[in-house]
Amino acid sequence: MIKKFFTRGYIFLILAFIYIPIFILVIYSFNSGKSIGAWENFSFIWYSKLAEVKDVVINTIVLAVVSAIIATLLGTLGAIGIFYSKGKLGKSVKGMSQIPVVNSEVVTACALVMLLVIMGFSHRTIFGLYVGHITLSAPFVVLSVLPKLKQMDGSLYEAALDLGATPTQALFKVILPEILPGIFSGFMLAVTLSLDDYIITATLSPLDFDTISTAVYKAIALTTEKSSEQVPIYRALTTIIFLITVAVVVVMNVRADKRVKEKRKV
Amino acid sequence: MANVKKEKIIELVDITRQFDDGVIAVDNVNLYVRKGEFITFLGPSGCGKTTTLRMIAGFDKPSSGKILLNGEDISHLPPNKRPINTVFQRYALFPHINVYENIAFGLKLKRVKVTYQDKNGKQVERIEKLKKHELAQKVEKALKMVDLEGFEKRSVSTLSGGQQQRVAIARAIVNEPEILLLDEPLGALDLKMRKDMQLELKEMHRKLGITFIYVTHDQEEALTMSDTIVVMKDGVIQQIGTPTDIYNEPKNSFVADFIGESNIFSGTMVGDRKVRFINHNFDCVDDFAKNEKVDVVVRPEDVFLMDEDKGQVNGKIISSIFKGVHYEMVMQVGKTEIVIQDTIERKVGEKVSIFIKPGDIHIMEKEFSTNKYDGYITKKNTVCFGDGEFECDVTQLYEGSFLDEEGYLITADGEKIDLTDVDVNVEVGLKDIEISDDAEAGGAIGNIVSMIYKGDHYQLIVRTDENEEDYVFDTEDTWNENDRVSVIIPKEKIKLSLKQEVKR
Repeated sequence: MIKKFFTRGYIFLILAFIYIPIFILVIYSFNSGKSIGAWENFSFIWYSKLAEVKDVVINTIVLAVVSAIIATLLGTLGAIGIFYSKGKLGKSVKGMSQIPVVNSEVVTACALVMLLVIMGFSHRTIFGLYVGHITLSAPFVVLSVLPKLKQMDGSLYEAALDLGATPTQALFKVILPEILPGIFSGFMLAVTLSLDDYIITATLSPLDFDTISTAVYKAIALTTEKSSEQVPIYRALTTIIFLITVAVVVVMNVRADKRVKEKRKV
Repeated sequence: MANVKKEKIIELVDITRQFDDGVIAVDNVNLYVRKGEFITFLGPSGCGKTTTLRMIAGFDKPSSGKILLNGEDISHLPPNKRPINTVFQRYALFPHINVYENIAFGLKLKRVKVTYQDKNGKQVERIEKLKKHELAQKVEKALKMVDLEGFEKRSVSTLSGGQQQRVAIARAIVNEPEILLLDEPLGALDLKMRKDMQLELKEMHRKLGITFIYVTHDQEEALTMSDTIVVMKDGVIQQIGTPTDIYNEPKNSFVADFIGESNIFSGTMVGDRKVRFINHNFDCVDDFAKNEKVDVVVRPEDVFLMDEDKGQVNGKIISSIFKGVHYEMVMQVGKTEIVIQDTIERKVGEKVSIFIKPGDIHIMEKEFSTNKYDGYITKKNTVCFGDGEFECDVTQLYEGSFLDEEGYLITADGEKIDLTDVDVNVEVGLKDIEISDDAEAGGAIGNIVSMIYKGDHYQLIVRTDENEEDYVFDTEDTWNENDRVSVIIPKEKIKLSLKQEVKR
């Protein structure tokens, strides 16, 4: 009985640590005052001012989607290349492609700054920022596509050739549809990574370009008149992002449950 | 056989395939397949049969040699350009599309020449896709061929193994290939289904009239279905022939052993069409030189059981198993066992004799590379075989082992083993035997019964008195037949292997 109490209590504590700050944030996003300590009135005032940070949101989403699309393309092709490469070279390429996944982001960011400068690009451009985000997420795409390729029946490609497909047709008609779930989850991973990213964005983006993460940081760190005005707006924005995340997770779980049940029926 | 034409459809010329790691999977294979033939590549796993098939399909390129299709070299043609389709071992159906789409896959990629008449009445040729209704017709016909009408919309993953197999066949034959390759297509099915599919495939072959090249390790499958069987081992063709030829006239002991059940004995020609094995001189129909060492094959169903002293050789029944149609019995003569199939049971322990008709004794040239004996280890850690006793190195039986002071074997794991009376296989190379006039010098004593000059050396056979064991070896010295000699084998040249794991 006591043991049960403690285990339950432990789990409760952990969940509390994770969720209490978020709940505070959500509650105070409905506060008409600016500061988090003093509750004034319940209001949607900060939600109505969301339009003021519209640009930042659009920047973030465009950067995430575009860089994820390119990273998915490169990562998928890379994974296919790695999967079909043979011998020592193939093995070393496979190993090398995994290092960026565990590599520290600061290193990637600094290295990219140097590379861009050496190659004659000016520091802090949109181009550099995109390169940074693609570099960040492409290895994760490789990582999510490779297992799908390994699961695939090896003779499928040969079967396609056998039935008259050229290697390109075989790729598009057989291999890509087979590994599509891996490509999709790689894409989602790339989007999430880019949405979340701070270090690379802060290091590589032009000074007048902000994503949500850099904008929030600036608003908190710089205590100017404008920023103190913006902080509560970001409270409203992060509440919305949190709700969207919860919704996505719930929908995905429900769908997964359904699939499991359907499989059991079969 | 009715469909088989004279023209060769495919011909392999000096085909060798060496993999990157140096392994030679197919070694200088020459063979041709005639139009409409049902040919089977048969052999144990790793014999090169699948590699050969893959080279015909185009998935693998020969390291050297040529593949001719209707007389044209196709060695470097990619698989999609060859009029050949494959049924894969594990079907390789495309899981993301349904049965109809799977079967239509090849047809949709197909382009056909269509001739039109333009306004001026000129003939114009255009290359077009197949028309939708033509495509549907062909798919329907293929589905009918494999008895799967009505399965068009089904998802591949909901089909049973047998049904997937049929879809795989339909997907291949719908393209109307000149050759259909089948890579162990029935391997994943259960026995009953396999038997049904064998007959169905044969029927399909008859109806379609195209060439089937079939790969299997199942000899029964090969015998049932094929017009021609190609038996392979270690990348080399052992024999090509009709099922009857292969069964009745195996070229060597490998083929005899692989195809059907057989008794294989080591024998010696003792005269004109007379062969000696199991201590008896049998009449036979094959002609070999006197004193030549041969392999003798006798099928179990060709051995007749008789009462004691009525037949050619006496022996004792040591086992008898009921197999449904017949009893499978084992008779022992001396140290040799003979498998016999008969419908009348003889009890274990019963003394009987056997009779073998000359025509049922099949004699094959022996590929002689080593002397093989059954032996056992003595108390003194020497080995007894071939009517003699020899010094040997028993530590080779266990890797990393050594002998302790008392003569027990200590294994690498530190286990102590008493090798006394352990049965071993003994191998001695042809160049590892010497003989001496001194009867005391060697481990066994016998007479030289044969001396054949082989260009630069003599091949001698020394036969012992007691069990007529033979020692075959090469020597450059000249001896005389009937010389009485002793056999010397250096300790390190005697190769031993365990017959079975020793109890510890």
